[in-house]
Amino acid sequence: MPVPPVPLDDAPAGWAALMRFLRSAGFRFALLFAVVFIGASALFALVLWYATAGSLDRQTAAALRTDTLGLMERWREGGPGALSEAVAERLSGDVENTAIYLLTGPEGQRLAGNLDRWPAGAEDDGAWITGIVERDGSRVEARIFTRDLGEGYRLAVGRDVEEKQRLRALLAEGFGWSALGAVVFAMAGAAVLRRALENRLRPAAMTARAIAAGDLSRRVPVAGRRDEFDRLGEGMNDMLDRIDRLMEAVRGVSDAIAHDLRTPIARARAKLEEALADSGDPDSLRAAMEQGIADLDHISRVFGALLRIAEAEAGARRAAFAPLDLVPMLADVAEFYGAAAEARGQALSVDLPERLELVGDRDLLAQAAGNLLDNALKFTPEGGQVRLTARAIGRDRVEIAVEDSGPGLSPEDRARAGERFFRADASRATPGSGLGLSLVQAVARQHGGELVLQEASPPPGLRAAMLLGPG
Amino acid sequence: MRILLVEDDAEVARFVRKGLQEAGHIVEHAGNGRDGLFLAASEQFDILVLDRMLPGGVDGVRLVETLRGQGNRTPVLFLSALSAVDERVKGLQAGGDDYLVKPFAFAELLARVEALGRRPTMEAPATKLKIADLEMDLLSRTVTRGGRRLEIQPREFRLLEHLLRHAGQVVTRTMLLEKVWDYHFDPQTNVIDVHVSRLRQKIDKGFDRPLIHTVRNAGYMIRAEA
Repeated sequence: MPVPPVPLDDAPAGWAALMRFLRSAGFRFALLFAVVFIGASALFALVLWYATAGSLDRQTAAALRTDTLGLMERWREGGPGALSEAVAERLSGDVENTAIYLLTGPEGQRLAGNLDRWPAGAEDDGAWITGIVERDGSRVEARIFTRDLGEGYRLAVGRDVEEKQRLRALLAEGFGWSALGAVVFAMAGAAVLRRALENRLRPAAMTARAIAAGDLSRRVPVAGRRDEFDRLGEGMNDMLDRIDRLMEAVRGVSDAIAHDLRTPIARARAKLEEALADSGDPDSLRAAMEQGIADLDHISRVFGALLRIAEAEAGARRAAFAPLDLVPMLADVAEFYGAAAEARGQALSVDLPERLELVGDRDLLAQAAGNLLDNALKFTPEGGQVRLTARAIGRDRVEIAVEDSGPGLSPEDRARAGERFFRADASRATPGSGLGLSLVQAVARQHGGELVLQEASPPPGLRAAMLLGPG
Repeated sequence: MRILLVEDDAEVARFVRKGLQEAGHIVEHAGNGRDGLFLAASEQFDILVLDRMLPGGVDGVRLVETLRGQGNRTPVLFLSALSAVDERVKGLQAGGDDYLVKPFAFAELLARVEALGRRPTMEAPATKLKIADLEMDLLSRTVTRGGRRLEIQPREFRLLEHLLRHAGQVVTRTMLLEKVWDYHFDPQTNVIDVHVSRLRQKIDKGFDRPLIHTVRNAGYMIRAEA
């Protein structure tokens, strides 16, 4: 049944819609993507900046430091005269016209250099300043390192960094544009990511809505890319199949209850009514009433069996789980049903190990084993053989099996034998409610195992095994 | 016997009361737990038959707990629509002596009431059970009839012991299943009948007077007179 496409993101009408949008996983993933993208770009820019503009600064500083060291060497060797000479020498050799020097005497008078006056803000020994200074009458941007030489003499060494600053500004501009580009890319990427996420989730969300609206036949389309979304879709489909099967089973049970409880009720009712109509004969009246009571007893037994199965299936009796040795319990059950086998001329053989420890519900396990034996005895002809065995499989699994030499079951019937009220066509004539194996199956599942039906070896016959797990 | 029946369903109460009176018992009836508790605490009864779920704030389990708390040891039979084994265990743990699930056959109720009511209050350490010329020695675990030793399997011994302890009383198939085999489920077949008939083969065959009798629509009874 086609369902009209449902828009996932409603137009953000008002505050609530905006909040919904901000809270949506798509938005958060997109935001995360944008943050990571911008963060990565910023880190990249930082490294680049450090390597370019930062490197220019460091070069200047290193050159100034070396130059100053050289000049101070001259100061120590020859005092103010030698230093003045050295400064003049350097200025004359400065072809790029970027060098800045100033040597001042104790009264602050200029002894050598090309600075008009001592740069502002560079009063301390070893100060670094960057700023505008006047060199030979012209104002330039410079980076300057100053030292106190002692006895009032001070030295300032600097470089004109105008050129470098221009380069730096150019770089900064480039970075600005790149940052803008990165943000635009991040936003576009986030939007694409959000859209992609929504597109991949949309089929699952739409299927879920359709199912919630009552159309259980819908399944999530799987793109076949074998990715996380496909796995999510497959998981949902498996879940839906299971729900479908359960619904089917519930429907089956209500049909079966309707049939298997209503039929005897109808029969009892009909008989009583008939007896009432021809009430002339007290004997037949009495017989009809007795039959009516017997029918009611049968109904209440079926009812009891259904409740017991429900109890086991709901796991309500886990409280009754206790460690037990299966061997004496099975021996008792075998002895109990053995009398019935003997009466019918059947041979019941028992093969049990020394001990078989298990954590379980003694009463339910005994009933389940009894049901297996009862079933086998019922369907095995006189003179036939029934065999009860139990063994441990591995460390914590136990198998209780009953094998008979009856007609067995067809593979189709074997597959359905655990269903409530299921009775193979061939068994309709024998008394029974069709609930025996259902209980065995429920008990086996409650004990973490299952009911396994196979053909007996050698055939014909049925081998019904209760596999019990570690509890 | 003087029996107190506490049951809120008027129809079930009427049916049970009538049946018990016809069997020769005196029956008092209370329709809710509070009245039932008042009667049980103030008068002397041989047995209490209680519905598990009762209106009026005091349900069957509470009623028994209260009585037992007062030191009242009157035997209690629970009637209940709750068939789950856990419910049975709850009822018995509260101090109930037997538990019968609705719907029940009146014969089943009567047999259980009489078994409970005539239960020896003091468990006399009897070593021998006897009826007519049948004798059971509980110590040597042997059975003789007319001086002749009978070959009896352990389970048959327990079955016979249970019948003998309730000699002259009806013992139903369900009671045997519960008391002799300790099974609380429906075995789906008449296998109890097979066990009884095997026992019957051993103790009655070859003697002119049968001891084990089938009571129609109810169960079995061991008695000396025919």
